[in-house]
Amino acid sequence: MTDRSTKSAKVAASLRRRHAAERRFRLYGMGAVAFALACLGLLFFTVVSKGYTAFQQTYVKLPIYFDAGDIDPKNSGDPKVWAKANYQGMAKKSLRGLFPDVKKRRDKRALYKLASSGAAYELRAIVRENPDLVGTTTDVWVTADDDVDMFIKGYIRGDVAENERRISNKEMAWIEALVADGRLEKRFNTTFFSAGDSREPELAGVWGAAAGSFFTLLVTLALAFPIGVAAAIYLEEFAPKNKLTQVIEININNLAAVPSIVFGLLGLAVFLNFIGMPRSAPLVGGVVLALMTLPTIIIAGRAAIKSVPPSIREAALGLGASRSQVVFHHVLPLAMPGVLTGTIIGMAQALGETAPLLMIGMVAFIVDIPGGFTDPATVLPVQIYLWADSPERAFVERTSAAIMVLLGFLIMMNLTAVWLRKKFERRW
Amino acid sequence: MMTAETKTTNEAHMDEDGGLTDDTVVSMNLPHLTFRTRNVEVFYGETQALFGIDLDIFRNQVTALIGPSGCGKSTYLRCLNRMNDTIDGCCVTGIIELDGDDVYDKALDPVHLRARVGMVFQKANPFPKSIYDNTAYGPRLHGLADSKADLDDVVEGSLTKAGLWDEVKDRLDAPGTGLSGGQQQRLCIARAIAVEPDVILMDEPCSALDPIATARIEELMDELRENYTIVIVTHSMQQAARVSQRTAFFHLGNLVESGDTEQIFTKPSDQRTQDYITGRFG
Ligand SMILES: Nc1ncnc2c1ncn2[C@@H]1O[C@H](COP(=O)(O)OP(=O)(O)OP(=O)(O)O)[C@@H](O)[C@H]1O
Ligand SMILES: [Mg+2]
Repeated sequence: MTDRSTKSAKVAASLRRRHAAERRFRLYGMGAVAFALACLGLLFFTVVSKGYTAFQQTYVKLPIYFDAGDIDPKNSGDPKVWAKANYQGMAKKSLRGLFPDVKKRRDKRALYKLASSGAAYELRAIVRENPDLVGTTTDVWVTADDDVDMFIKGYIRGDVAENERRISNKEMAWIEALVADGRLEKRFNTTFFSAGDSREPELAGVWGAAAGSFFTLLVTLALAFPIGVAAAIYLEEFAPKNKLTQVIEININNLAAVPSIVFGLLGLAVFLNFIGMPRSAPLVGGVVLALMTLPTIIIAGRAAIKSVPPSIREAALGLGASRSQVVFHHVLPLAMPGVLTGTIIGMAQALGETAPLLMIGMVAFIVDIPGGFTDPATVLPVQIYLWADSPERAFVERTSAAIMVLLGFLIMMNLTAVWLRKKFERRW
Repeated sequence: MMTAETKTTNEAHMDEDGGLTDDTVVSMNLPHLTFRTRNVEVFYGETQALFGIDLDIFRNQVTALIGPSGCGKSTYLRCLNRMNDTIDGCCVTGIIELDGDDVYDKALDPVHLRARVGMVFQKANPFPKSIYDNTAYGPRLHGLADSKADLDDVVEGSLTKAGLWDEVKDRLDAPGTGLSGGQQQRLCIARAIAVEPDVILMDEPCSALDPIATARIEELMDELRENYTIVIVTHSMQQAARVSQRTAFFHLGNLVESGDTEQIFTKPSDQRTQDYITGRFG
């Protein structure tokens, strides 16, 4: 009996220790999760707090006289003639009209710079849409210069010495007059979501890079998914387990660990220099990223295929299914959630990849929005890199905003992964 | 795999024996021979799992394979429908004939063989699909049904034969994996007989089932025997005695003894059989 009670006391004592260990371990776990969440939160906070202002842009309302004699002097009605008119001049004239006291040439030049150089294109587009405006004077909202924008948003402060800020006292007075007049206003920045890159921050947008990313990823997906899945199926279901397949397996794992820039060098040497594919093209970028993504898809695919219970294979084989029927009727559908998750993780990696694309010329300054697989293009992360490197203050917020767009795409892709997983998952 | 050489030697060996010998004394009228296996040896890589098995399996009979764990019953069973092909490094030699055709003939498609020799596994393994799709999988695979109505008939017939129809007829679209263990095993049997095989191999089909479900399946085997040839691996002496007409006792990869179930269980000729069926080892 005493034996029993000492034993039970021992167990009780050890129990306390074990419970303490368990509590401690749970605390470690919670700490780790909290740390990860805090880092993520900090990341989002810095990016969002720096970048949210870029979704608004300052516009200035100018009373523009659409001079018929200037736009269409010979009354031809030809849109080509209209397109060539001096719209910049109209904007300048309008600014002069708003501030008639400005007489000196230098001051005038400073005055003209309140409106963006893109204002001319905006006016041209307005005339093209509404030909009736020709010959009238109309109030038109045009994009303000990035310095004005930065001043309105408070990034250029009025209380520092004049020679240390990009806006002079005179310019400040003009801006204040315009604000008082209700002629200066922050509005939703459509340019940012619809334009390509530009030297002028107020005219720069992510759409060009997003389109480039889209075309690039399309090529990547079209190559990496079928090849990766086919390789995974072959290695897992058909290949004999011998030295050769072991070597292949090791090399696929090695490939997954190769620094991505090496794939860029490969692309440069093989696709550009040897095959002679076009530079800066989403086609080449996509192929390079597909090479980089392949091992991820193969490894994830193999793991997913391996996790399909062998009893299912035996059941189908026992009924007289051929091996490929076993794969396509049973194994692949059951492995699909895992395969798709792996694919989307690989694609998300590819979406965020910069280094290999630098090597194949996708780092260029490209204003036009790519319309196909061989048009010169850049991608979102490269665009972020380019803007982060630009000296203008207005590019700082645009960099963060572009990061937000990129993160948005990544979150969307991961949600798709979760959704696909749910959709394809089956109960056992 | 079998070489031509071993085959000829085996045949010579068989002729010496005079073909069907002592263990074919079954009853007055000789039943039709379904499987004839001679000198079957199986190697898993370097290790040999079966040593010279000579066994006959007759049509419309239940043949029970008994023996202690690891003696090679499953291995032998899997030779009969070439499921061993799927195991890397597994090598089968000897003669295995189904209705006189060499099962391991290069020209014979294992897919075709498995359509004739169905299998029910130890652990119920329904596909994660509906009950209907589970049962219809084989017929669809082999194009056995000409129309949807035809397929419906096959499904109903198979489920009825497996004694599951009444329990599931209102939920054919429910997943097969949602059934109870015993029901799942009967679904697997229905799935196997939907292909209308000549032979059904069962590897411990009742090992995970309660006595009622076991009784149900034993009853089923007795009914199925009218149309099919059944080979069953079992660890239960009672089950072997109840359902089988013939019994084969394996030990350490050897076939110790085979013959009429009654004879094996009442007056076995080998001491090891005697010991095993009386529970002295195994
Ligand atoms: N896939 C395999 N690889 C290697 N050896 C195997 C394999 N399958 C079976 N064996 C070996 O072959 C021998 C026979 O195995 P088998 O599965 O046929 O036994 P069994 O009689 O069915 O046993 P049990 O009653 O436990 O199911 C065993 O020694 C086992 O270790
Ligand atoms: Mg077994």
